[in-house]
Amino acid sequence: MNINRNIAISDTGFVFDPSSGDSYSLNPVGTEIIQLLKKQKTIEEIQVEIVSKYEVDDVQLEKDIIDFILTLEQYNLIENNE
Amino acid sequence: MEKLIYERPLIKKLVTGMPNKFGMKTVNEPISHIENISVKELLEKYGSPLYVISEKTIRKVFKTAKRAFETRYPKVQFAWSYKTNYLNSVCNVYHQEGSWAEVVSGFEYDKAIGNGVDGNHILFNGPDKSEADLTKAIKNGSYIHIDNFDELYTIVKLVDEIKEKPKLAIRVNMDTGIFPQWDRFGFNYENGEAWKALNQILMNEKLELVGLHCHIGTYIMKTDAYAVAASKLAELAVRIKNKFNKNIKYIDLGGGFASKNTLKGAYLPASDTVPSFDEYAEAISNALLTSELEPQHMPTLILETGRALIDDSAYLLGTVQAIKRLADGRRSMIIDVGVNLLFTAFWYEHTITPAQPFSQYTEDTVIYGPLCMNIDVIRENINFPLLKKGDNFVINRIGAYNMTQWLQFITLRPNIVMIDLEGKVHIVRERETNENITNSERLPMHLQKK
Repeated sequence: MNINRNIAISDTGFVFDPSSGDSYSLNPVGTEIIQLLKKQKTIEEIQVEIVSKYEVDDVQLEKDIIDFILTLEQYNLIENNE
Repeated sequence: MEKLIYERPLIKKLVTGMPNKFGMKTVNEPISHIENISVKELLEKYGSPLYVISEKTIRKVFKTAKRAFETRYPKVQFAWSYKTNYLNSVCNVYHQEGSWAEVVSGFEYDKAIGNGVDGNHILFNGPDKSEADLTKAIKNGSYIHIDNFDELYTIVKLVDEIKEKPKLAIRVNMDTGIFPQWDRFGFNYENGEAWKALNQILMNEKLELVGLHCHIGTYIMKTDAYAVAASKLAELAVRIKNKFNKNIKYIDLGGGFASKNTLKGAYLPASDTVPSFDEYAEAISNALLTSELEPQHMPTLILETGRALIDDSAYLLGTVQAIKRLADGRRSMIIDVGVNLLFTAFWYEHTITPAQPFSQYTEDTVIYGPLCMNIDVIRENINFPLLKKGDNFVINRIGAYNMTQWLQFITLRPNIVMIDLEGKVHIVRERETNENITNSERLPMHLQKK
């Protein structure tokens, strides 16, 4: 699972998809996850990273990440190679 | 290192120039405390969901309304509309403030008597008064507002048996320039029915006409309509004076003042569009003072406003049960407050505020209640902060009708607490138990488990 290569992501959470012309905004946790995805991190690695930094438990985070990735797929921001 | 506050990851498509039905962000600050008492502590102690009533706000709003009318009209009397909220604790705050009771059924009548209200401080409205109710009201010297000719004839019959003179008023319905015109209650003004009923009462020596009553509708946002109603009742009073040489004691304009809750489909928030008590008072007082009523015999102005007095005084606190995504991608949030506890969600866009801090990020959200029924929707489209399971929220302005029109459907009704003037919390209605519901059931022998 990869973030589409041509998508531009700013540090402040602004996303631009040049293929569709759509733009998106992210909140801080969303920005962080998308940056980690771009660095080819696995979901498990992302979870460890976020839990170490934010006040959240594993279960809550797992639910939220699954939901978030589903949304990214709906917006066609993810290339699913699997 | 201290960890950062977590909020679920969010990605939002940016759409410029397109209006959407979710509107702007509706809340900016969390409501973590109600009158300095922590929302979380209240929920921990009394359970979730929880109704919270503020005695201070009840008294404050009442005083504002009273001042608005008393500074403009010489004789004003409020009567607390029981059906709006008939918790004894609430009624008694109003009675302490000087309100009479306005009731619409035998049940409410008995409640008012139980609250220690004098019979001659009870206004008995409504189309549903049994002979037993009427007899009681006549004997107690209560004011009976007649709804129809059948009721009038019943009273005439009862008077022959009881040998006491009832104190009567008629309810008048009329065209006040608003839609819908409520013509199902009372006698019509324009077609002469009201005048006919008044003549019938005034020509009968066994009856006493004391007042004129009307209630033009509910959530009325036009003060002009009240001015029209007041003028028409004043005109009837003048006709009575001219023909029968009788001064009526009061003109009762009912209620119907809007609260600051926004109606569904309203373009602007109610806080920007709803008239203040001063504006209602100005319209009504002006109409009465400039009428042909004799200055030395001005009738008392009675007001039965309910919604506008109590709505701001109560809150419904609750907890998020689940967050999920709908098939079309919209976010949905399930809370433990449904239309069973928030009946007014059928017509208001209630303001819902998180009880804990939240960021500026929001998501288009549908808020559902916990009932296993499709109609259980609290907000259809709201731009809402990112809450998670277990988070708390506060719904404000819910004092009117929710604690009387609630439904005991598939679950039990929760505790209601009142915060008194010193900040002490009292349970004013205990949460229901299974026994409360099943005790009045009877199981036929053949259905009992052997």
